Amino acid sequence: MKLKTNRQGDAPKIDAKQYKIPKMSKIKNTKEKRHSGSLKKTLKSDGAFPYLCLLPSLIGVMIFFIIPFCVIIYYSMVDNPINKEFVFLQNYINIIKNTAFRKAAVNTLSFSLVSVPLAVVLSMLLAMLLDCKIPFVSQFRTSFLCPMMVPVASVVLIWQVIFHYNGVLNDFLANFGVDKIDWLKSTKGQVVIVVLFLWKNLGYNMILFLSALNNIPKDIVEVATLEGAGVFYKFFRIKLRYLSPTIMFVTVLSLINSFKVFREVYLLTGDYPFDSLYMLQHFMNNTFRNIDYQKLSSAAILMAIVMVAIIGAMFIAENKFGEDVEG
Amino acid sequence: MISSKTSVSVKRRHGLSKKAQKLLMGVLTVFAAAAALIFLLPTILTMANSFMSASEINANYGAIFSTTEEGGKTFISEKINLKFIPDMVSFSQYYTVLFKSPDYLFKFWNSVILVVPIVIFQLAVASLAAYAFARLKGRLKEIIFFVYVVVMLMPYQVTLVPNYLVSDWLGILNTRAAVILPGIFTPFAVFLLSKIMRRIPFSLIEAAKLDGAGEFQIFVHVCMPLCKSALFSVAILVFIDYWNMVEQPLILLSDTSLYPLSVFLSQINTGEIGLAFAVATIYMIPTLLMFLYGEDYLVEGIAYSGGIKG
Repeated sequence: MKLKTNRQGDAPKIDAKQYKIPKMSKIKNTKEKRHSGSLKKTLKSDGAFPYLCLLPSLIGVMIFFIIPFCVIIYYSMVDNPINKEFVFLQNYINIIKNTAFRKAAVNTLSFSLVSVPLAVVLSMLLAMLLDCKIPFVSQFRTSFLCPMMVPVASVVLIWQVIFHYNGVLNDFLANFGVDKIDWLKSTKGQVVIVVLFLWKNLGYNMILFLSALNNIPKDIVEVATLEGAGVFYKFFRIKLRYLSPTIMFVTVLSLINSFKVFREVYLLTGDYPFDSLYMLQHFMNNTFRNIDYQKLSSAAILMAIVMVAIIGAMFIAENKFGEDVEG
Repeated sequence: MISSKTSVSVKRRHGLSKKAQKLLMGVLTVFAAAAALIFLLPTILTMANSFMSASEINANYGAIFSTTEEGGKTFISEKINLKFIPDMVSFSQYYTVLFKSPDYLFKFWNSVILVVPIVIFQLAVASLAAYAFARLKGRLKEIIFFVYVVVMLMPYQVTLVPNYLVSDWLGILNTRAAVILPGIFTPFAVFLLSKIMRRIPFSLIEAAKLDGAGEFQIFVHVCMPLCKSALFSVAILVFIDYWNMVEQPLILLSDTSLYPLSVFLSQINTGEIGLAFAVATIYMIPTLLMFLYGEDYLVEGIAYSGGIKG
């Protein structure tokens, strides 16, 4: 079954009819008077204004992101900023051999590998839950979104109370005969930050899925139902296809956000946390302290390359899977 | 804009009896309520605890915070008692924060003075740029837009190195400008707004042109009014993002007196746990107010952000 739709209702549309177009009558007049020469001119010449508009932003992005980034590429290939001897990949080899960097990369990667799929699946489930006709939907939506609006720093205290060695969670688990775990100072630390990450990010992702679910053409689902399609068939063959671009996007978004979990870790445990919580951003922070441009720039560029590769793959995938849906 | 219209009618036809259906709905609702409670609890607890007196906080949570300092002076119980309702409602924490230790108010002010300019100028710069992206055509524009998207998607671990380098060149390292300027030019708002502006019907712009409006007038009188709610939702998203910032001040500011409250809150020491919850609550008030007032705008903004291609 080929599913084709025009992108109806794809996010709130701006309806031309709602807005008063200034002086409609005048348009008619101009046409009647046939000032064709000047009319053509006004239509054709967009003028320099749009280009001027772009300028402030473009200059800013160039100065603060693009140009220094190019300089960093250069820095990552010389031995030091004063001597400037070209060493090509030596800095990259050094950084890959660096144990702190490796630890940070492995920790960040393993965190992302666990938390990103969970974030995608759980937020989709939440969205579907709210898409059923249960009562209090808007209240539920509000409460799921709430963590996103609470600054991390504000709830850190409560997290400490919960996950401390003498804390609430251990107290609660003791009822079931579970031994005390020092959550933030053991290998279990990763579990804690996955929980904190999900708590913070599920709401945002859920909204994305809700709006995607809302854009699935109702008639297709209806027809499938009439033809006797089961709940699972409808989910895997119809809904999932329409949700696929959103799944891609939520995956990329969660991946980027998973790098920001440093905030929680830093606010809970400081500069030098337990081994399993040592994130890439910790490594960067500590490298910034004794400004080692070679280390910094080669690490940044390595990460940029990985990000571009992942995003590129997502783009290609979105193009491939998305085409028969978006029409 | 988000509503729920699918399953019920579908399930009925599918043969579930009305009773079973009701039961299913009940189970789902209970499940959703439980989830909602978990999502809300940490926030509510923080607020509730902010109304405890310092001695009560010490008695309940002393065990946690005593570990950071040798020889705590107050009575500290081994166990931690998480309480929903304070034994005695007291405003002493707030009183201390507001009148006795101005340090926290200064840090709050630091946050304001960093975040407000970022939000205002990022929106100003971005709405101009977004208009340009919506109006211009051609290969060059697409390349530039793609570059913006890539910059937007880069994590802080990557972008902070260039930011640091430029701040060093410009000699603004360790000043507020080092945080504010890169914040202003972050492409997130450009990306979001240009997705929205692209939806403005071309006929409207054409009509305005025929009326003799210049490009500037079109921007001000046609484009901006149509994007009012979108601007508001983008502003909320940008604000919460920067109100929460930790990475940028840590690296770009070395003077801790410039730190915003979002970083400073974690450095509260033992002597001051009596007011920590009040500070935490005060810090979430602006974002929560925005949320209460503009939840629909926020939801709209998030929905717009879906999809990289735009």
